[in-house]
This record gives sequence, C-alpha cells and structure tokens, in this order.
Amino acid sequence: MKKTFKITGWVSWLVWVGIIALIIAAPSFLPVFRLNLLGRYLSLAIAALGVDLIWGFTGLLSLGQGIFFSLGGYCIAMFLQLNTSSDLPNRIPEFFSLYGIQSLPFFWEPFKSPLFTIFSIFIIPSLVAGFLGFLVFRNRIKGVYFSILTQAALLVFFNFFNGQQKLINGTNGLKTDVTQLFGQIVGSDSMQRYFFWITAILVILSWLFTRWLVRDRFGDILIGIRDDEARVRFTGYNPTLFKTIVFSIAGGLAGISGALYTVQSGIVSPQFMTVPFSIEMVIWVAVGGRGTLLGAILGAVTINYAKSLVSEALPASWMFIQGGMFILVVTALPEGVLGWLQGSGPRNLLSRLGISRTLPTYPDLEARESKGVNSQ
Amino acid sequence: MQLIVESLFNGIAIGSVLLVAALGLAIVFGLMGVINLAHGELMMIGAYSTYVTQLIFKLPAFQQFYNSYIIVSLGVAFLVSAVVGIVLESLIIKRLYGNPLETLLATWGVSLILQQFVRSVPLAYGTGLIISLIIGLGLPIILPKNLFVSHQSKFFRLGIWSISVVFGLLTANGLSSAISKLGRSSSRNVDVTAPSWMRGGIEFWDITFPVTRLVIIVITIISVIAVSWFLNRSIWGMRIRAVTQNRSMSECLGISTKKVDILTFAIGSGLAGVAGVAVSLLGSVGPNVGANYIVGCFMVVVLGGVGNLLGTIIASFGIGIMTDLIGAGRLLEIWPEMPSSIASTVNFFATTSMARVLVFALIVVFLQFKPAGLFPQKGRMVEG
Repeated sequence: MKKTFKITGWVSWLVWVGIIALIIAAPSFLPVFRLNLLGRYLSLAIAALGVDLIWGFTGLLSLGQGIFFSLGGYCIAMFLQLNTSSDLPNRIPEFFSLYGIQSLPFFWEPFKSPLFTIFSIFIIPSLVAGFLGFLVFRNRIKGVYFSILTQAALLVFFNFFNGQQKLINGTNGLKTDVTQLFGQIVGSDSMQRYFFWITAILVILSWLFTRWLVRDRFGDILIGIRDDEARVRFTGYNPTLFKTIVFSIAGGLAGISGALYTVQSGIVSPQFMTVPFSIEMVIWVAVGGRGTLLGAILGAVTINYAKSLVSEALPASWMFIQGGMFILVVTALPEGVLGWLQGSGPRNLLSRLGISRTLPTYPDLEARESKGVNSQ
Repeated sequence: MQLIVESLFNGIAIGSVLLVAALGLAIVFGLMGVINLAHGELMMIGAYSTYVTQLIFKLPAFQQFYNSYIIVSLGVAFLVSAVVGIVLESLIIKRLYGNPLETLLATWGVSLILQQFVRSVPLAYGTGLIISLIIGLGLPIILPKNLFVSHQSKFFRLGIWSISVVFGLLTANGLSSAISKLGRSSSRNVDVTAPSWMRGGIEFWDITFPVTRLVIIVITIISVIAVSWFLNRSIWGMRIRAVTQNRSMSECLGISTKKVDILTFAIGSGLAGVAGVAVSLLGSVGPNVGANYIVGCFMVVVLGGVGNLLGTIIASFGIGIMTDLIGAGRLLEIWPEMPSSIASTVNFFATTSMARVLVFALIVVFLQFKPAGLFPQKGRMVEG
C-alpha cells in the first residue's frame, strides 16, 4: 500500500483557479525573455509526460524521443516556411535557391494546408513511433536492447536530417522566428504570448489525457508490463499491442512538444536529434519522479529553468551538476523527488532524525515481510 | 581485383577500430550485464593518456626513446582506463547490478562528468590524480597481506593514501612546470603525432597500405587474442565465466564475486583505453572523441550476440566493410555498368553519414529475423 495525499473538494478548485490565474497573468509580470523561456520549458514538459508514460509506467526506456520531438518541430516549421514564401520566386522557401532547387520536394506539398499541419504535428510522430515500436516489440526485443535500438534509430534520423541539405536545409535547420502567421511575425512578442498560453493549456490537457490513460485498466496493464511482462502475456493480454500503442502515444506527445518548442525557440534543427537531448528527457522524469505525472511536468520545468540559471552564472559547472543528478537519482533517489515525498520518504527522514517515532503499521509489516521472502 | 583488395583493407581497418572499441563493451555488457555509456569516455581517457605519454617522451630525458612511445602508451592507457574503471565500479556500478537500465543512466552521468572534467581541469592535475589512485590502490596489493589484518591496519591505509596524495601532487606540479601545455585547462582538441616510422605507407601490389592503419589492425589482433586467451585459458577467466553462468553457486564454491566484478570491469575499461590509443592515431583528440563511437560499438555488440566474442568480431568487420562499400561509393567502382536506377540510389547513400543511416537501418532489419543477434545465447527461459 502506498500512502498518497489527496486534494479534494474546494481545495482542488482553489488550486485549479490559482494555476489558471497564474497562467493568464504570467505575461504581465514576467519579462518577455523569461516568459519565452518558461513557455519553452512548459512545452518540454509535454514530451516529459510521454517519457513518463513509456518509462515510468511501462518500463520502456526510450533514448530516441528526440526523433518524434523534431518531427513535430519540422512539421510546423515546414508549414510556416511555406506560409511565408508565397511572394518569393518559385513560391518556395528561400533556402532552396541556395542549393539550386527550382520546385518543391513532393513531401512539402501537404504542409501548405494548415489543417493538415495541425494534425500532422502529432499524427506523423505517432505513426513513426508506432511503426518503429511495432518492429521492435514484435520480436520481443526489450529492456536495454530496446534502449540501444532507439538510440541507433535516433542516430539514423540525425544523420539523415543532417545530411539532406537539398530537402530540409540539413544541418542549418528551418527557421521559424522570421516567418509569418496570421500576418504577424512568429518571433514577435505578442505571438510569443499567445504561444505561451497555448502551451500552458496543452500541458494541462496532456496531463489530463495521460492521467485518464493510466487511471484505468489500461494503466494497470502498462504497470503489469513494467513489472512482469511474461505474466501479462500468460494472462492472455498481448503486450506487443499495448506497448506499440503507448509508444506511439508518447511519440505523439513528443511531436506536440517539439512543435511548441520550435515556434518559441525560433528554429528546428537536427540538434534536437542529438543523443544528449533525448537522454536529458529521461532525467527530467527521473528527478521529478517516474510514475508520477505531476513529477514529470515539474521535473522538466524545474531542471530546465535551473539549467538556464546555472549556465548563465557558471557555464562550466552545469555538466557536473547534470552528471551528478544522473548518478544521484539512480543510486539514492530511484523514485524521484515527488515519488519520495509521496512514499514513506519524509516519515523515514523524520524518524531517522529522531523527530517522529516509526510506528509499525500493518501494511508496513507486510511489506517488510514480503521483502524478506523475496530476498531469499 | 586491386579494387576489391583495397576496399576490403579499408573495411577491415574501419572494422578493427570498431572491434577494439567494442571488445571492452562486449565484456562488460556480455559478462556483467552493465550498459556502460561511459565507455566512450574511457576511450577518451585512453586517447588523452596517449597524448600525455607522447609529451613526456618529448622531454630531453626520454627523447631517444620517442619512436617507441606508442608501445608504452598502450600499457599506460590500459592501466589508466582500468583504474578509472575500478573507481567507477566500486563507487557506483556495484550498487546497480541486475538493473541494466539504471546502469545506463548512471554511466551517462559519469560520462558527462568525465567530459567536463577533461575540459576544465588541466591535464597535469588529471595525471596527478590518476597517479595517486594507482599508488593508493596498487600498494595494498604489493605489500605483504598481514600488514592489513592487524589492529594497526587503519594507520597503514592512512599512510598509503597520504603517500599517494603526495606523489600525485608532485607529479601534477612537476608535469605542469615541465610541460606548459599540460598546466592549462583547455577544451580545445589536441593532436597525437605518430612517430616517424608510422607515417607513410607500405606499397604492395600497387596499393598503399597506411602504416597507422596496419598498426591499429595489429593492436586489434593482439587485444582479441589476449582477451580470448584470458577468458578461456586463465584461472581468473574461468572464474569470470563461472560467475557469469551462476553467481550464487560460484560464491558457494569460494570464488570472490566482488573481486571478479572489479576485475571484469577493469579489463573492459582497460580495453577501452587501448581503443583510445587506436582512435588517437586516426584524428585529433577532444572531450567528445569517444562519444562518436559509442552507438556504433553497441550496435556491434547487439548484432554479434551478447556475450559472444566471435559474433563481436564478425559483426564489427561486417559493419566496417559495409560502411566502406556504401560510404565511399565503391559499389559503383567495382560494378561500373550498373543500371542507372540502382546507381542513383547508390549515389544517394555514398557519404559517410548516409552510409551510417543505411547500415543501421540494415541492422534493424536484420534483427527482425534474428532478434538476439548473429550468435544468440541458448537458453530455455521465457525471457530468452
């Protein structure tokens, strides 16, 4: 049994009203630069929710979420580039002329439509994720092999996007901050404010969505797969199907996150597909608390904010801190901060300091006993 | 014919770098189930220790032996990386056995720290730290055992570590005053210059074989033979295999599994150091030099089948030859009258990065048919 604190009744309403008021009011008291940073980190939280879904709940450690993140980013960047290039020669984005391309590559065509783009932001990444996942899960490749393969897939995508100058501007990436949307420059302050609000709303929506997913029997099966996949299979469920579904959902979330991040940072480039960035996503969730959805959001926002603050003050020390965080979180704090708070962590700390006594309660005794049996 | 020999040689050269780098990983992953993402950084440490050795051999006192520094640096790199590996094992990895995903995350953290360490700490002080670790860990092995069982053992240990710290500081200060390059921290890449006998090439059948590549192939062959001898013929190799097969039974039979763990990890890390020497001969050495190899190494291990030396060898040469055939566009040279439709596809993939794309994609396709690699481990478990 795990003790969880619950916010019920009017308190939860108060919390919600507070959060929404903060979101609406944030642009008025934060300078544009900080607001933009906060918006970016909130958009990363959506990807973190996806990572939590597949790693925290299902036990699939994907080191390739950057693929889906960048795919979402590229989708919206292609649309914005096309949207802006109607009065340019050949009606194609400017960079094509550098490589002597006269006509639009075929896969750019559908991105002229805004409706297609909005759907493509999450459908294309989730389809790619579903396809990759199906290929891997079908063969019962799991655990570290899955992680290594996703990392290899990430490298494949990185090399492809990095090398194809003539198709998607290669290593330079696609800029979005000078493009136009509804007649306004995307990088302008007023547009950034709207993007902040959209991001905040989408974070809440994706949190509600993932919470709805893991609350019911679907979530139980995911946890079952994490804890003992063979047993789930013997009970008559098909783990491949569930893993593919959840992996493609996480891919879709990463895609949305990438699109929002792109419009707020002003560029999408193959840098989003480098190995460190994808592993960083894991550490957000690990520090926040794997298996706790709020932990993923808080972890993503806090760590990134801390990163920007530390990098401004002491550029060299961030790598040490980040590396230390990886080591600390697996050796000392495997449940993450929020998991530690929700579990018996604070009580143990208090009793160790001699402030409160440990009370041997029934579930605790049971847990201790079963632990003893297991370790035989 | 000449073309085929040349492309085979290039492929083998690429493959042998991969093999020597993947060998240590295969041991650590295959025998211990530890995913060591810091393997690339251990290679980087090996490469940097080659650089330091080279600078020391440039000093007037050692000038006459300069041509043989590469042989010395093989041993030095092995020792240095092995010591770092021992520290890593006994501080972090020890707590995480049986949890490969956790080791993956922890070693990634270690790799970040090591990269930043090389950037912000002068190499002389890094060398000093390593020297003090070598003395501190090595002296208890050399000194008679009964010193450490008496009630005064605490003082002996304290004495040993203070001696080692003094030696480390002396080395650091000496190095930084003797060689000014080592006294400053810098994130710039450094270059290891090969001794004069390794420059140029050997002509044979009108094909030039670069000597550096030949040396790397020789290093690889020696490491493979040494590893397979050690694992299959030596007493400690037998213990390592026993612990891999059945840990608790080996413990019952009196094998110190702790020692076996440390030894296995040290050897895997040391091999990474040797790979670092090979890598330093190919290009400039920087904090990221190992990170470029790590994914390729993991693909070799997965493709070859975990815990199988022969599989690792075949997989790395296979990947090397494929990369060279595709990336250098040799298919067109070998078969010039190729239909134009195929030729355009071949041209599309004829760069190093696109060749990587295709090779990795082919590996993923291959794993569809043989999920456990070329030589899967046999077993009856559900988890297989």
